[in-house]
Amino acid sequence: MQPSLSFFSGFTPNDLWFLAEAALRTLWISALSISIGTVLGAIFGWILYEGKLTATLTLAPVLDVFRSVPLIIQLVLFYNFAPIVGLDLDPFASGVVILTIYTAALVANVARGGIEAVGLPMRRAARSLGMTYWQDLRHVVLPIGGRAVFPAWVGVALGVMKDSALVSVLGYVELLKASQILITRTQEPFLILTLAGAFYFALSYPVSRFAASLERKWAQ
Amino acid sequence: MIEIRDLHKYFGALHVLKGINLNVQKGEVLSVIGASGSGKSTLLYCINGLEPVQQGRVVVDGIDVHAKGTDINRLRQRLGMVFQQWNSFPHLTALENVALAPRIVKGKTRAEAREIARRQLEHVGLGEKLDAYPSALSGGQQQRLAIARALAMEPEYMLFDEATSALDPELVGEVLETMRMLAEEGMTMICVTHEMGFARDVSDRVAFFHQGVMEEIGPPEQIFTAPQSEHTRKFLANVR
Repeated sequence: MQPSLSFFSGFTPNDLWFLAEAALRTLWISALSISIGTVLGAIFGWILYEGKLTATLTLAPVLDVFRSVPLIIQLVLFYNFAPIVGLDLDPFASGVVILTIYTAALVANVARGGIEAVGLPMRRAARSLGMTYWQDLRHVVLPIGGRAVFPAWVGVALGVMKDSALVSVLGYVELLKASQILITRTQEPFLILTLAGAFYFALSYPVSRFAASLERKWAQ
Repeated sequence: MIEIRDLHKYFGALHVLKGINLNVQKGEVLSVIGASGSGKSTLLYCINGLEPVQQGRVVVDGIDVHAKGTDINRLRQRLGMVFQQWNSFPHLTALENVALAPRIVKGKTRAEAREIARRQLEHVGLGEKLDAYPSALSGGQQQRLAIARALAMEPEYMLFDEATSALDPELVGEVLETMRMLAEEGMTMICVTHEMGFARDVSDRVAFFHQGVMEEIGPPEQIFTAPQSEHTRKFLANVR
């Protein structure tokens, strides 16, 4: 009997390395999107807080759309329609753009909450000392409001990190996509998804531990 | 000198100050008394420009507070303010709370600002608490911290907006004591207060506000023993 040609082969140490590399890509696309998205979101939050009616009518509905439409739909739509308007972006760039906007939309509300948490009396006290509007924002609102909403922001950041798995639908080989490739080859979904889950955990856990220790320090 | 001329203030349709005329001389201590909602606190907010006014003028040392070209942040350095809620910055130690504004507003070096802060905190009796966070301080201590924070800007005037109203009764004394000390040092003060004993003992003049109008102003003996206005009489009878 002729040996049959097999497309399947077992899991090797090399594959673990392949997953680790993919985890780094997950980390990279997340870190990039979360950083830029947070800065943008903080600015949007400030506009929502200060802009009152105008912002409620313009920026707020746009952010609502990005917050409400499932990320996977945003990714596919953007990736496929961007070339029509002349934007030829690879899966990575498309993923960064959408994840960044998505993060910004979520952070905007967190940031607005942070500014509201500081309260008018505290800000008047700062201004009464002769601080300018921007000094008050930088030295009083940012540290006090930032600490108030830090746990909420960590939640957003970890959520976006996990949601970055959806960029796999565009073909970017991050952790989930890499797992799918290995599953197809090895036919060992249980082992590989467990490993991928462990990698996600290894990325998130240090962040939440660090956040918790910061919160403890601030609580003193 | 603080000169207030025909000052009107509205919150929407609500007319809270109805033509206030008042001069406060250098070195004077003025207490402002009256029922809640009589416009006393609003007057202080208008004096340092935290509230815009709709008519009239507030002039501090010749500078119109509400004029367009006025550098309000610079002017506010002359006008220290202490609020009912002490508003300590919770993320900073007592020393850093006081040192922040001298450093970022006046451009002092870190070391200079800390030295100013240490001096002011010792002045209000918080020399032992330099490195304490506000959460570890009592209400009375936090209010004295707020006074030190305002004094660190070396103001010419101090505005007190019901500085003791939010305090537990046993903590009122230490704050009044600090205010008394400032008065004795010759600080010009406008104190919106419900502490009639303080108004009587420490003030040079007492003003009584009623529904947005300054009904009466005069030396404490006159206001407390021979008030001219019927409203003043009624108010004092109720608070005694």
